[in-house]
Amino acid sequence: MTATAPGLAGVPLALTPLNRKDFTSDQEVRWCPGCGDYAVLAAFQGLMPQLGIRRENTVIISGIGCSSRFPYYVDSYGMHSIHGRAPAIATGVATSRPDLAVWVITGDGDALSIGGNHLIHALRRNVNITILLFNNRIYGLTKGQYSPTSELGKVTKSTPLGSVDHPFNPISLALGAEASFVARTIDSDRAHLTQVLTAAVAHRGAALVEIYQNCPIFNDDAFIDLKGPKAPGVIRLVHGEPVTFGTEGSKSVVRRSDGSLEVVDSVDADPLQLLVHDAHADDPSLAFALSRLTDTGFLQQSPIGIFREVERPSFDDQIRAQITMPEPDERMTALQGLLNGSDTWTVKA
Amino acid sequence: MSEVRSVDRVVIRFAGDSGDGMQLTGDRFTSDSAQLGNDFSTLPNFPAEIRAPAGTVAGVSSFQVHFADFDIRTPGDRPDVLVVMNPAALKANLSDLPRGAVILADTADFTNRNLAKVGYSGNPLEDGTLEAYEVHAFDLTGLAVAAVSAFGLGRKDSARTKNMFALGLLTWLYSRPEQGTLDFLARKFARSPQIRDANIASFKAGFAFGETTEVFTARYQIAPAPMPAGTYRQITGNTALAYGLMAGAAKADLQLFLGAYPITPASDVLHILSRAKDHGVITLQAEDEIAAVGAALGASYAGALGVTSTSGPGMALKMETISLAVMLELPLIICDVQRAGPATGMPTKTEQADLFQAVYGRHGEAPLPVIAAQSPGDCFDTAVEAVRIALTYRTPVILLSDGYLANGAEPWEVPKLADIAPIDPGFVTEPPTEGAFLPYSRDGKLARPLAVPGTPGLEHRIGGIEKAAGTGNVSYDPDNHEYMVRLRQAKIDGIADSLPALHVEDPSGHAKVLVVGWGSTFGPISAAARRVRLSGRPVATVHIRHLNPLPSDLGSILRAYDRVIVPEMNLGQLATMLRAKYLVDCESYSRVRGLPISLSELAEDLITIIDGKPMPDRKDGR
Repeated sequence: MTATAPGLAGVPLALTPLNRKDFTSDQEVRWCPGCGDYAVLAAFQGLMPQLGIRRENTVIISGIGCSSRFPYYVDSYGMHSIHGRAPAIATGVATSRPDLAVWVITGDGDALSIGGNHLIHALRRNVNITILLFNNRIYGLTKGQYSPTSELGKVTKSTPLGSVDHPFNPISLALGAEASFVARTIDSDRAHLTQVLTAAVAHRGAALVEIYQNCPIFNDDAFIDLKGPKAPGVIRLVHGEPVTFGTEGSKSVVRRSDGSLEVVDSVDADPLQLLVHDAHADDPSLAFALSRLTDTGFLQQSPIGIFREVERPSFDDQIRAQITMPEPDERMTALQGLLNGSDTWTVKA
Repeated sequence: MSEVRSVDRVVIRFAGDSGDGMQLTGDRFTSDSAQLGNDFSTLPNFPAEIRAPAGTVAGVSSFQVHFADFDIRTPGDRPDVLVVMNPAALKANLSDLPRGAVILADTADFTNRNLAKVGYSGNPLEDGTLEAYEVHAFDLTGLAVAAVSAFGLGRKDSARTKNMFALGLLTWLYSRPEQGTLDFLARKFARSPQIRDANIASFKAGFAFGETTEVFTARYQIAPAPMPAGTYRQITGNTALAYGLMAGAAKADLQLFLGAYPITPASDVLHILSRAKDHGVITLQAEDEIAAVGAALGASYAGALGVTSTSGPGMALKMETISLAVMLELPLIICDVQRAGPATGMPTKTEQADLFQAVYGRHGEAPLPVIAAQSPGDCFDTAVEAVRIALTYRTPVILLSDGYLANGAEPWEVPKLADIAPIDPGFVTEPPTEGAFLPYSRDGKLARPLAVPGTPGLEHRIGGIEKAAGTGNVSYDPDNHEYMVRLRQAKIDGIADSLPALHVEDPSGHAKVLVVGWGSTFGPISAAARRVRLSGRPVATVHIRHLNPLPSDLGSILRAYDRVIVPEMNLGQLATMLRAKYLVDCESYSRVRGLPISLSELAEDLITIIDGKPMPDRKDGR
């Protein structure tokens, strides 16, 4: 029996139900008190038993950074690798083993700075992996340098006069890299986190989930304005529903005549121009436009939810479709034939 | 009819513009020689530019083939016959010709403009420049065009068949069989009958031209070389390498996964394995060299045989991941087809200067096995051995080849897979009967148990952080780190215990001088040693296949000789390693010209050394 969700097709189901403890390793969790990583780990360990797959068929590959310690804390198979390379390593795992659920744990420095190339190529190839990008907009493990998502002007140890590096918007980047599943969630909203991760792992192909994650030591309260169920700056994206947000839905997202988006007071919104979110749209333009509603400076406004979720054949499925492994007894015969080639000559004794 | 003279060996070099089809012509001539049972060795030599400006020295592409009725080891230094399709090809190759060599020139391109382009003020075919040589100058292009006039091709396509005309002429001159080339042309141009028929006609016309004109007083034949009984084929190093990796994976009953990024001269390994999908081989053309090795490591972790192929610049990029593989103790194979460096260097030219990089090129104490192939066909055996070591010791293995081996061809006795011992990957499949699974516990060879994802009850985490002996948990304990650093070193050092005794070749038993080689210098060294011995002087040779760890008996062998000479295509990297490890005064004999070491030069120099004279100073490279 294998799982039915497309993203887990081929992964065998557990024979007996598992619980959160089954996914908890014997290693002491060593993130700083108050770190957002705890919430993500808890949501993950709560989610895993719900998937119904075998624990031993779960593989977590991480890079380097605070969040990349994640695999040590989950009792499954896992590899804490090197800085930025987790998507490449996971590509090798996922391509050679369709029976594994492969997760990548990475951060804003790991995925977007040193490992940017691997991230975009994993996304465009659409390798069947689920990438959790913990974005705390700072380097934590190296003790507080600015990251590729830090806002302009950010004062850190390496930018005493303020950062002059223009930041990435990870969602815009992923959409530009042809990703088939792109979502954002936040550590402070456990229900949303679980809901997005569930959709991500069910997606066949590369799923990128950006998780706003608070670093209480080096970038505390970076997401404070987005915290809580009624935070006015959170634009919740729900497929098939109009995009409204703010106190009691006071703001609406409408389409301008040039195709771009605009935030207006809901009372002034033309109902015909109101944007209804379509995560399954083939054209990523509106998803990209939505991603641009994210503040580039200190975050007061940001969409969360699934920006894009479309079907596209996964890289590893297509690779495997091209490959035929001969039956064991035929493998040597076939290979011997290849070695012989078509142009041999014989020297007689 | 011309008389037929028997000779024992001939070196022919085909040279022309990059677009003249010289590689194809040389390759066909080699195949036909193979069919006759000659021993052979080839040296393709081409510019990195796909189509360098026509008619320039920089754009000259050549293919040298040495064939003989005896066991030869090199493609030869100096051609007996030079086939040139234009003045640039003559200019680029003339200095390599010994006096009396035959030059076969196509006069069609010897125009004033082309001559001036490469700096000839007159026509060397006519002005006496070449009086030391036997020159045969014909309008091969014109003859080819005339021969194919019936096929209705344009002038350009007609002229392109000139290489087949030249091949036909050489085929006649050296009494090669025609059928192989005829079959080849029929296959290659099956989809365009017009081109096929024109090439066949041009080839036949070239053959007939040799037979009917009386300019050649003799034709030659080279008898088959005595070789051990068996089935043979022609093979290049890159093909043998790819097949060896496949054989190793098959013997271990693992899926082969290649992660690679295109790089000269290693790309053919990617191409060949990409065609092997019906053998279960997965290839990934990665976004960069780092991803290529990363994906291979991921595949190994998942229970496949992960391999990456590259050249020097790519190796440099892969090093951090290779260090991770050392720390994780996962099997992984890194094939470095070396080229002249540093930086872009000379991508299509050969060198052996990545030895230090392979042995020492990582951060931290990161020992791993390094083995090197000695001939094109030997790339197969080396690859199988790399697989065996990687799986037995749970370690990344670096396999060194080079541009000369990669593209050079030789006769290869096709191995019988049934004769190759199986390789047991020895994955752990059951939880221990008592206690927890210890992924960093050790067997007698100091190898650790491997449990691949999907194995129930053996879930565990691995990572780049130092691990506690046994459990593999994160550990910053000083004593544990020292223990683990020494253990990883001891594991690799221990591989030396499994190596066969070195074979010292010294037929007389009286040699005072030992020549030590590694990698592709095997050919020039053994051929030069044979020449030295023919002069009545004893000389010993030993070839090192395992560069790390070095064989246990190497020290006593080095100490048994008065002088130890180490020829290398680098500035003395192995010599430095040997001096450091054994405190023996090994003398470096180094050549870095992007070409294999010249066997005649090496033989002369060895004679000088054996005669008690100082090492000749040839630092100018000549």
